[in-house]
Amino acid sequence: MSDNDWTPDQPLVSIRDVHKSFGNLEVLKGVTLDVMKGEVICIIGPSGSGKSTLIRCVNALNTIDSGSIKVEGQEVHDPNLDKLDLRKKVGMVFQQYNLFPHKTALENIMMAPLKVLKQPQAEVEERAHKLIKRVNLGGKENAYPGELSGGQQQRVAIARSLAMNPDVMLFDEVTAALDPETVNEVLLAIKDLAQDGMTCILVTHEMGFAREVADHIYFTDRGVIVEHGPPATFFTEAKDPRTKEFLSQIL
Amino acid sequence: MKSGTRNNTDLAVLKPFNYSPTGSVHDLQFSRWLAEFSPRSLIFFVFLFSLWPGFALAQSNYSMAQALEALWRWLPFVVGQGFVLNLVVSFLTMLIGTIAGVLLGLGQISPLRPLARSCWFVTQLFRNSPWLVLLFIVMLAFPFEIEIGGRVFQIPDWLKAVFGLALPIMANISEIVRGAILSVPTGQWEAADSLAYSRHQTLWLVILPQCFKRMIPPWMNWYAILTMATPLISLLGVEEIITLSRQAMEAEDNHPELLVPFFGFALVIFFAYCYPIARYTLRLEKRFAIRQ
Repeated sequence: MSDNDWTPDQPLVSIRDVHKSFGNLEVLKGVTLDVMKGEVICIIGPSGSGKSTLIRCVNALNTIDSGSIKVEGQEVHDPNLDKLDLRKKVGMVFQQYNLFPHKTALENIMMAPLKVLKQPQAEVEERAHKLIKRVNLGGKENAYPGELSGGQQQRVAIARSLAMNPDVMLFDEVTAALDPETVNEVLLAIKDLAQDGMTCILVTHEMGFAREVADHIYFTDRGVIVEHGPPATFFTEAKDPRTKEFLSQIL
Repeated sequence: MKSGTRNNTDLAVLKPFNYSPTGSVHDLQFSRWLAEFSPRSLIFFVFLFSLWPGFALAQSNYSMAQALEALWRWLPFVVGQGFVLNLVVSFLTMLIGTIAGVLLGLGQISPLRPLARSCWFVTQLFRNSPWLVLLFIVMLAFPFEIEIGGRVFQIPDWLKAVFGLALPIMANISEIVRGAILSVPTGQWEAADSLAYSRHQTLWLVILPQCFKRMIPPWMNWYAILTMATPLISLLGVEEIITLSRQAMEAEDNHPELLVPFFGFALVIFFAYCYPIARYTLRLEKRFAIRQ
């Protein structure tokens, strides 16, 4: 970060003309978007349009073939990138929760700050208790993931990610695997986070939720951003036929 | 061949597409075979055994009672010096094989391609070689004494045999470790990655604690196989139970009537030792399968 002249008034995440192929299949064909600090953006689009691949590139879980992704001015597409340094700044929540099944909810939250950031036990424990209350799971501290419902696991996963104090959070279809009745509790936790000023990039199929919390909505199809805009205009004044078709199917 | 406890269907379409993608983790064939001896089949063996006096008496004037009496006299020698050595060899082999196998298995999943490839090669080499050939090679290739700091240490034959047996055990443990690690869903690696765990931390804090339990039943399975295989080293002159039984029979003038009691006894003592291990292995396997 030494030779980095990034300042908070520049985009926190800056994606420029990103291309990515899996074998012969090009899933990202030149995607460009910016996320400012405190902004919440939602990426929507049909399955296989490259949404998840795009956000997985932001924390270097996937590599990109060309273009540039910068997080706080740090180039993610740099072979000498310190991935661990990047990932301390970027939190991620997955569709399948991916909690560590051999650890309790509280331990899941505390492990990374203790082992990765080497923060003192007492401080981490206090923060973990606060986080678990924040996602409305007070009393579940000592439950193992297997004893929690999908929605509860996903909220622990959010708290686990927040425990690292990230600057930006990535949400990869976090409600797609949930029972309908538990979707809301997870969305509430994310909304709470968004209103608190956390920078969020969400890949989602929850249009109502996107409309409510997003500052900006991007519609992707077949590896490109077809259309984007603030929710107020995006849902009512879509111009591209592909966007219109998608919205008519899903709304 | 892999009739897993997880499958309660015979319909191929209902079975998981890639039933055992990771190889040997759930491969407990030996323990299953051993543990499935029912009391009825045991009675059958006893019946076969009881036919022996008839043949024996018909052949010579050396009586069954004399043969059994000879076995009784030699028992402390055969068990106390022979079978005990089999057990010592099995313990030491398992210890060395496990340590080396874990290292080799971790090497197999290393991101360093050359290291991973060579660990894979070593694993396959020793997994697919006949144990007896490995034993002979180690026996002949190892010096019978080594010099450390001016002092000469004799390497007894049984210790060389331990190294020889440890090679295939190492290779099979290596596969168990690799298979168990690969059986952990990739989501666990990704979650740990996204929380900035180093590869080392991911492995030791997240992945290995999850697959440790899964490794125990196949590990015990290999211990039972190994113990059953220890009489192989009698071919190299190591004084374990079979070698000593032969010596005892020679001292009793090699009456053919001695063969059944002496080797029958060896069979029984190995069975009595390994059968509970096999039963326990299957019980653990079932318990862990439910929990996971």
